[in-house]
Amino acid sequence: MNAPTYNFAYLDEQTKRMIRRAILKAIAIPGYQVPFASREMPMPYGWGTGGVQVTASILGPDDVLKVIDQGSDDTTNAISIRKFFAKTAGVATTTSTEAATVIQTRHRIPEAPLRAGQVLVYQVPIPEPLRFLEPRETETRRMHALAEYGLMHVKLYEDIARFGHIATAYAYPVKVNARYVMDPSPTPKFDNPKMDNCAALQLFGAGREKRIYAIPPYTSVVSLDFEDHPFTRYKFDAPCALCGAEDSYLDEIVTDDKGSRMFVCSDTDFCEGRQAAGHHGSTNAAPYKGAA
Amino acid sequence: MAAPQNGADQPLLVADGLAKSYGRLVACRDISFSLYPSEVLAIVGESGSGKSTLLQMLSAQLAPTGGRVSYRMRDGVLRDLAGLGEAERRFLFRTDWGYVHQDPALGLRMAVSAGANVGERLMAVGWNNYGRIRQTASSWLERVEIDIERIDDAPRTYSGGMRQRLQIARNLVTEPRLVFMDEPTGGLDVSVQARLLDLMRSLVNELGLAAIVVTHDLAVARLLSHRVMVMKQGRVIETGLTDQVLDDPREPYTQLLVSSILPP
Repeated sequence: MNAPTYNFAYLDEQTKRMIRRAILKAIAIPGYQVPFASREMPMPYGWGTGGVQVTASILGPDDVLKVIDQGSDDTTNAISIRKFFAKTAGVATTTSTEAATVIQTRHRIPEAPLRAGQVLVYQVPIPEPLRFLEPRETETRRMHALAEYGLMHVKLYEDIARFGHIATAYAYPVKVNARYVMDPSPTPKFDNPKMDNCAALQLFGAGREKRIYAIPPYTSVVSLDFEDHPFTRYKFDAPCALCGAEDSYLDEIVTDDKGSRMFVCSDTDFCEGRQAAGHHGSTNAAPYKGAA
Repeated sequence: MAAPQNGADQPLLVADGLAKSYGRLVACRDISFSLYPSEVLAIVGESGSGKSTLLQMLSAQLAPTGGRVSYRMRDGVLRDLAGLGEAERRFLFRTDWGYVHQDPALGLRMAVSAGANVGERLMAVGWNNYGRIRQTASSWLERVEIDIERIDDAPRTYSGGMRQRLQIARNLVTEPRLVFMDEPTGGLDVSVQARLLDLMRSLVNELGLAAIVVTHDLAVARLLSHRVMVMKQGRVIETGLTDQVLDDPREPYTQLLVSSILPP
């Protein structure tokens, strides 16, 4: 299976060593962005070059890999990365969250709780949470070093002043281990609570920006908020039309040009599991009337 | 003018033999003075006389080539600014000090609403209640005579005079003891200048602020300051009470400066 022209998992051993060192440092300082010498990968920036490099460096022959894109196992990006590692590393792949040891993800954290021993690898486009507030990279690094995070609240303040509530719905800033403020990549804020005290190791790779950061298992991750405007997870307008789940993250799918739509679980593995277990939703159930 | 108040017998800021040179070019040489609490000092002089360099050294943004600046912290201890860690220096800068730039775009976040601009310093020192931050911000906007209706507008939609007043509110919200001002009225038209000066004078009096104002406009010095330092070619050539220096200048250069004002 292993293509003879590739080293195991595509990257050469020296590169993997370098990335592993960066990962170790990132784990030692939770939430801190460690610079690393990001390589060119056979895919464009924005398709997960950072995540792929992290996965390539931690993958062993016994690992079982799952790749998701927006929660789904069967989108182009997820399929090609899965095939990429099946070809270059010959590892087993799966779509089951339970069976996987390494899960590479774009945007979502699986609904099924992660367990100790699993590694969740995030693809990160913009690792710097302060980027759009303070454009100078030298300045943001200094702010991280001195833990000057007042500016992060300025963003939340602006949200409330403009919309009446904290309208940031993804890439919602978190404070890791009561020290570093971190951008959890563009995961919906719905998933933020899953990062807190998680049993699995969470690694973040940003290929274009050349940064790696991490949340070690069982680390506190707190979403920033105000006393009088606390962090809230949003609730959807309807249960999943396929499996009837009411507590999962849903995608809204437009089904015709007359305004019909359905809500389905974004995590395909979770949804299929529930359907197999006999749960059913109904397209007629959606949406809840009068939901704000 | 307000008399110096309690604990005012000890200087707040002490400059001792300050000098700055860029290679062979000397920007400032041998400048020493003390600033007392609630005292307003104006530094006047023509362009290139070293006023702004001096202000940057005093506010610890620029390391002096020689000499030192000491500041009396809130605990009453006089400390050398060069000996402070970066974290302490930055903390001082956003709590106990204010810095009003000539160009408000440098001192404000132009894309962020006025309320957040004023509230930023509060959030930086750990305020975590939206309602209280907003309330404090609106009361400060009121004090600097900005319409409360405009609290959610970004300063880039403000006029020059409003921007400058917003910048002042942003600096004063943490109740600093010392404010640095670099040509605070530069680039504003005369009537707006007058209104701004009036506002600054009353705020400085009310809050008992000490201030160092750099200006080339002697009218600003006359209206705001208790004491004046005249600079020329990097040196302080004359210093004294404002009315004394401006009404009875001793140095030929100061005489020239005073006589250059057009009679109204």
